[in-house]
Amino acid sequence: MCAVKSERKITVSVNGEERRVVSDLSVEELLDLLGVKGSSVAVARNQAIIPRSDYSSATLEEGDQIEIIHAVGGGAS
Amino acid sequence: MSSTYELGGRTFTSRLIVGTGKYSSFEETRRAIEESGAEIVTVAIRRISLNDPGKESLLDYIDRDRITLLPNTAGCYTAEEAILTSRLAREALGTDLIKLEVIGDEKTLFPDNEGLLRATKTLVDEGFVVLPYTNDDPITCKKLEEMGCPAVMPLAAPIGSGLGLQNPYNLQIILEQAHVPVIVDAGVGTASDAAIAIEMGATAVLMNTGIAGAKDPLKMARAMRLAVEAGRLAYEAGRIPKKLYASASSPLEGVIGASNS
Repeated sequence: MCAVKSERKITVSVNGEERRVVSDLSVEELLDLLGVKGSSVAVARNQAIIPRSDYSSATLEEGDQIEIIHAVGGGAS
Repeated sequence: MSSTYELGGRTFTSRLIVGTGKYSSFEETRRAIEESGAEIVTVAIRRISLNDPGKESLLDYIDRDRITLLPNTAGCYTAEEAILTSRLAREALGTDLIKLEVIGDEKTLFPDNEGLLRATKTLVDEGFVVLPYTNDDPITCKKLEEMGCPAVMPLAAPIGSGLGLQNPYNLQIILEQAHVPVIVDAGVGTASDAAIAIEMGATAVLMNTGIAGAKDPLKMARAMRLAVEAGRLAYEAGRIPKKLYASASSPLEGVIGASNS
């Protein structure tokens, strides 16, 4: 689990679920916290892609809507 | 099968593209891909389950050195959803290829033309190799080609319906006017449906339910592979024209009982 860096907590939405997290949590730390592993995932914040190279520098803000996706079996709709 | 085709700068031999949904296990998916001989397989983009984020992935069962992944935007009902899904797919999988679906209606899963064209424009501008799932409408196909799609993918029939090619005349027009590969996407129910599309000149066929939904998916995967190979051979061989009356194939001379004049 992630070390607490700040007392202040914020509420963000991750894949449609509300979560309370510390205010300066980075995307990298969020993925660690959630146990998301593997390189074949992608993250969007408020409809914008966060490139993998920004995971450690991008920090979450109050009300952020985070989507974490991966590839699954599928053909068409 | 030596004839090849190009898509997004890559060369392919297999004219069968398969989906990876509806199988009973990842292992069955892997074996079905193997039996089908497909070199391109589609995958969907979905939220990771936060309850079980570490569980095994379909991608562990796909050899990406041999198989090209084609992510889709299945389940997107607006251009905006499809655009975001495409961007996520590119980031997750490191590919510019996208099977673009903008669905208009849950019951038919027919494409929403307006949304499809809008999403195509944005994604082509962003450098995506857009393979659009479209109605079997020659005008829409023409527009998609003009917008920069390297192939068009008209449906044979509704997704998962198994009805087979419902409008061969539209497909014929699409094939005649297209300067890019035409990939028949959706609606194939059995091997002959796939063969017909390829015999007519379609570059490839894309299917999922036709294989995964069969009683024996692995056998059907093999059947589809052979159908597509047979269809391509027949297309290259050039079929005889259809005629209303008979034309004997045995010699007309020397028939017993005939009087020699």
